[in-house]
Amino acid sequence: MALNADFVGRSYPPSEPYLVGREKVREFARAIGVTDPLSFDTEAARSRGYADVVAPPTYAIRLSLAAVETVAVDPDLGLDYTRVVHGDQRFEYARPIVAGDELICQVTIDGIRSVAGNDMITTRADITTTAGEHVVTSYSVLVARGTDEGSS
Amino acid sequence: MSAVTVGFELPSKEFQITRESLVRYAGASGDFNVIHWNERIAREVGLPDVIAHGMLTMGLAIQVVTDWLDDPSALVDYGCRFTRPVVVPDDGVGARLLVTGTVTAIEDDIATVTLKAVCAESTVLGKATARVRIG
Repeated sequence: MALNADFVGRSYPPSEPYLVGREKVREFARAIGVTDPLSFDTEAARSRGYADVVAPPTYAIRLSLAAVETVAVDPDLGLDYTRVVHGDQRFEYARPIVAGDELICQVTIDGIRSVAGNDMITTRADITTTAGEHVVTSYSVLVARGTDEGSS
Repeated sequence: MSAVTVGFELPSKEFQITRESLVRYAGASGDFNVIHWNERIAREVGLPDVIAHGMLTMGLAIQVVTDWLDDPSALVDYGCRFTRPVVVPDDGVGARLLVTGTVTAIEDDIATVTLKAVCAESTVLGKATARVRIG
């Protein structure tokens, strides 16, 4: 199934502000086995120059993938989201996310292509504070696995 | 870290990924895709069993780098491909993930760390690299 190539280059309105909660940062850090007090202890974070506990580098996916999902389910795009797997992920950091940050996420569709019967869509999510400071950019490739036999 | 040279090996890390890990990560990340907790549906879509979230594996692997860094602000970028699923059987043991990192390039004050994440003798992340400021 071919995706609608008209979507390439399309940018979407920014998401509603997401307030990074201290307990959410701790919960995420605990879930991936982080032991550095920087992600748990506000005093440890402050003594190392951060306003509050510091989120692990992949925390940004909480915002970016949710924003990408809202785009990917658009029926006009033609992506069968039930067959979608995460193929590729990259983050470019301006600084770490810290509890108390109020972040918005703006998604752009960078590319659409079809490889060996699989539809692939490349998205970019720019994550900034509500004051406009760039924090991190998240690039995700979503792959809708083809239904043809022999495709991976 | 200014003494870092190409070929330097970061301390490796080993992780045990159990069904409990997946439940915790689902809750913490908000990713409730059923293939990460429902064996029946995982098999229906052609997987051998429940598989770990790719982002969990990615989040574990980067700890080789962040544990080595003094300051997480030194991380410039981090990316990987999800090349093979990490299958997590409900056997009380789960999957074992071994992550190693090697400095493969240094340009200006930026070091490139190439990560290797291995589970059940297969590399599960492709082109996993992180760049860090070492100046």
